[in-house]
Amino acid sequence: MLKNRIIPCLDVKNGRVVKGINFVELKDAGDPVEQAKIYSDGGADEICFLDITASNENRETIVDIVRKTAKECFVPLTVGGGVRSIQNITDLLLAGADKVSINTAAVKNVDFVKEASKKFGSQCIVVAIDAKQVSENKWEVFTHGGRNKTGIDAVDFAKKVEENGAGEILLTSMDKDGTKSGYDVDLLKTITNSTNIPVIASGGVGTLDHLYDGIVKGGASAVLAASIFHYGEYKIKDAKEYLNSKNVSVRL
Amino acid sequence: MNVTIVDYQSGNISSVINSFTEVAKGKVYLEVTSDIKKIKSSDKIVLPGQGSFKSCIDSLNSISGLVDTLKEFAIINKKPLLGICVGLQMFADIGYEEAETKGLGWISGKVSKIDNQKGKFKLPHIGWNEIEIQKESKIFKEIKNKSHMYFVHSYEFIPEDKSVISATTNYSSNIVCSIERDNLFGTQFHPEKSDKIGLKVIDNFLKL
Repeated sequence: MLKNRIIPCLDVKNGRVVKGINFVELKDAGDPVEQAKIYSDGGADEICFLDITASNENRETIVDIVRKTAKECFVPLTVGGGVRSIQNITDLLLAGADKVSINTAAVKNVDFVKEASKKFGSQCIVVAIDAKQVSENKWEVFTHGGRNKTGIDAVDFAKKVEENGAGEILLTSMDKDGTKSGYDVDLLKTITNSTNIPVIASGGVGTLDHLYDGIVKGGASAVLAASIFHYGEYKIKDAKEYLNSKNVSVRL
Repeated sequence: MNVTIVDYQSGNISSVINSFTEVAKGKVYLEVTSDIKKIKSSDKIVLPGQGSFKSCIDSLNSISGLVDTLKEFAIINKKPLLGICVGLQMFADIGYEEAETKGLGWISGKVSKIDNQKGKFKLPHIGWNEIEIQKESKIFKEIKNKSHMYFVHSYEFIPEDKSVISATTNYSSNIVCSIERDNLFGTQFHPEKSDKIGLKVIDNFLKL
């Protein structure tokens, strides 16, 4: 039976982890490579890096981090943030990333998703959709970390990226992100019901129960979380044991 | 010992290189190449594969003499070869991804899309799934039944001769996830991405 995945996400800015794990055993709390290794040793099913570096000039930094991490972590590694060109993807994959997550560039031009999945295979193309509720049962796609409204319906867009070869959808609720009040389960349910590719739930996790909701109520194939793991509130193992105790199948 | 990872521009093989490098440390000389001479003189071959069946076969065929060299190595001389993901699928006679495409024809069978039962199962089959060991396999030495391996694929290899199947995994139906025949090995899962247990599979192959 296919297991539900737990994916810790590390926000990386100019080569340093922002909101990192606060473990005493850490030699360097800002080192993304060391943190990724802790997660991977702790049973993370995948690792996700989100590069939130504002400028374009620093792209080499994330590539370098990926290169170092990939030599130490032997679970899938997804990298997102600022992926805009085939060259960006090539650089990340050659450095050892297994998947890239495309956000704004996919909204701007869905053909980019098609081109990328044709060139590299759907298995490594994740499309990150940031959605905000606009009315009852209606969500809109936003870009630039939730600042820019696009007028595009989230469900339509999810279907469109699937048609264009995306292998997975990383779905973040902009309403819930950072609130610790749980995933937007209705949004998740709507998107998982209208697409046939795996959906990764993101945005809003504050408790282990929220992970359960994302999988069981929302229908997500994987759950992504940042802060509950970073601050040491829970370890990956805690999350897995909790889910297992509630009959959600995970890799223990 | 010389082990060659065949680099035929089949997409992203960095993870394969990283994991084999990690396991091979100081014990095995690892080469990443499509050079025919080097392939011929190696002791073992790893054939990765990402993207579609068709794109992988096309890439293999675009390198002059490569297919014949691989066949001579694995089928005629029966030296150890490990195919990973599409690398395994290509052993088949025929594949149906993108377009009907002739495979290497090393193991009779076909590669077709996983029956997702009208959307009941999401495709690609992505994530960690348990392997059900069907027969003793040299690459599963010290690996427990129902170990978790990492999968990413939408197509499955269906061999005619079921005795080549060394493990299956359940996703919509029982999918072939590894094969062994003489010195020919293949895994549908990615040992290079399957954590410590995956590295053990690689270690077993390198120790053959």
